[in-house]
Amino acid sequence: MIQTETTPKPRRNVELALIVLALVVGIGASALVSINSESGLDSDFWFQSSLLAVAAFAFHVVLRLRAKYADPVILPIVVALNGLGLALIHRMDGPGDDTGNNQLRWTLIAMAVSIAVIWFLKDHRILRRFTYISLAASAFLLVLPLVPGISAGEVLGASVWIRIGPMTFQPGEIAKITLAIFFAGYLSSNRDLILLAGRKIGPMQFPRFKDLGPMITAWLVSIGVLVFQRDLGSSVLFFGLFIVMIYVATSRISWVVIGLALILGGGFIASKIFSHVAFRIDSWINAFTPEVFGRSPGGSGQIVQGLFGMADGGLVGTGLGQGRPDLVPFANSDMIVALIGEELGLIGLFAVVMLYLLLFTRGFRAALGTRDAFGKLLACGLSFAIALQCFVVIGGVTRLIPLTGLTTPFLAAGGSSLLANWIIVGLLLMISNTARGPIDTTPMVNKPPASSTNPAARKSSAVPTPGAPTEAVKHP
Amino acid sequence: MNDISELTITALRFGFLLLLWVLIFSIVSTMRRDFQIGRKAVTGAPTAREVRKHPELAASPTPAIQHARNLVVTEGPLKGTTLPLAASPILLGRAQEATLVLEDDYASGRHARLFPQGSRWFIEDLGSTNGTYLADQQLTRALPVELGVPVRIGKTVIELRP
Repeated sequence: MIQTETTPKPRRNVELALIVLALVVGIGASALVSINSESGLDSDFWFQSSLLAVAAFAFHVVLRLRAKYADPVILPIVVALNGLGLALIHRMDGPGDDTGNNQLRWTLIAMAVSIAVIWFLKDHRILRRFTYISLAASAFLLVLPLVPGISAGEVLGASVWIRIGPMTFQPGEIAKITLAIFFAGYLSSNRDLILLAGRKIGPMQFPRFKDLGPMITAWLVSIGVLVFQRDLGSSVLFFGLFIVMIYVATSRISWVVIGLALILGGGFIASKIFSHVAFRIDSWINAFTPEVFGRSPGGSGQIVQGLFGMADGGLVGTGLGQGRPDLVPFANSDMIVALIGEELGLIGLFAVVMLYLLLFTRGFRAALGTRDAFGKLLACGLSFAIALQCFVVIGGVTRLIPLTGLTTPFLAAGGSSLLANWIIVGLLLMISNTARGPIDTTPMVNKPPASSTNPAARKSSAVPTPGAPTEAVKHP
Repeated sequence: MNDISELTITALRFGFLLLLWVLIFSIVSTMRRDFQIGRKAVTGAPTAREVRKHPELAASPTPAIQHARNLVVTEGPLKGTTLPLAASPILLGRAQEATLVLEDDYASGRHARLFPQGSRWFIEDLGSTNGTYLADQQLTRALPVELGVPVRIGKTVIELRP
């Protein structure tokens, strides 16, 4: 009878191969763009491609050193998406525009920060200590764009930007990570209280009123974002994040019902009071009406031009660098999905959606595999944040839901979004490292008894070294 | 597009779409293999696909991996006693709160603990006077107990059975 044990595999070599393939995709997209433009494959192209490749391999090496058992699929997916995004942003750069290079700079910064997170944090469970600090940090970050002096004012109808010297930054992007940490920490500690207390009405158990506190807080945060920053997208994202995390923590459908009722009620009132919300909904429902199309502000020209572009792309697309996405406003940020649909067609767009789906499933896989409640909730929340962002953006561009100002993760031009999403990737990799790695059995080492060593030596080997990393215990 | 022909451009265009999906399928196939982590790797056993292709391989079914389901006392005063194993740890000793109360003068009150970890059971001595022996070796720390390996506590010998 063979008693086999589960052997965790690092699978870093698989990751290396997939990264090479992902780089071929990203750099190949750049090459196609360059071939179709005036410049051809110039030194700029080679320089930028090699920078991306070096950064990706550096990340890989860090994973080999610090998070040996991290999921081998996450990094290649993200590298492919980011590389594709870089190529598309370069493609939209007119003469003298610097958006592409800026995006590359931010990619490198974001990857460096993500590497730093993995290198110095080591274990995501440390973040649990910062539950309430991250709540304060979220509040601080969300208020920041409203502070006179550093506020960049109202840009494109939303005041979500701050200005530090020559740079602008969107602190709300980082706030989604800190909020996820807070929700995960709070729910993992108070889960039982929320779960058990409350009265039952019909098939659903409703929570006690005082347990609704954090729910009300989350609702106020998202309504506050909507009212003061005029940012519908972030508002939906924060509230959606909270509903999902509390649902995952308690598996009570009543939370989802209450949450949806609250957000729909709030949204309905907001659409009556605030013109920007009403405009969004009007340009969604009546997009093809001529007066809505040409209206400014709040017209549907952007959405409709994007739809025309995607229709022009058809099944296989016009080819990179050969469409007319310059007709669509913000084709390199909000409408980058329409650009993909136009130049890579339905087949290419589905490939991108598929990459997001795979990333999302890997995040959930990490959540399923990890053994601590905090890590589970954090991985769920973070991967759901990415998924919800994709849904809101792609749904908006394809006119499934009203268009809101969220960024497409890793693809759209924008440094703050890139930074936040790379940090999320770092955290997911770290959680998957504990999920897929060997179980930490430090108090009782379950190695088969070595025949030669004397009992004293074996006993000392069973005593855990204080402060030793998890890797100290390895399966043979 | 000055010196590159239209045909090459078109080929590259479709090639890129193909490349995107090659990436996706390689990722998915990686994940397919990834599911096997956490599953028992039975060496030498034919996979389901191999069996489908070569039905003769299925003729020699490999025995399913057996989990310990019962604890059987093979020697000592309680000889013949069987205790079904649940997922919870088992306390062995003379004390009344023990899961298996050993009426054995050579056993301590709280003698040893048998606990599940993953798919296996481990035995751990709880500082007994006379010690716990796993296959004639005195325990100094928690060790896995394989099926059919005798564990001696005082004059009692227990075994795990499927």
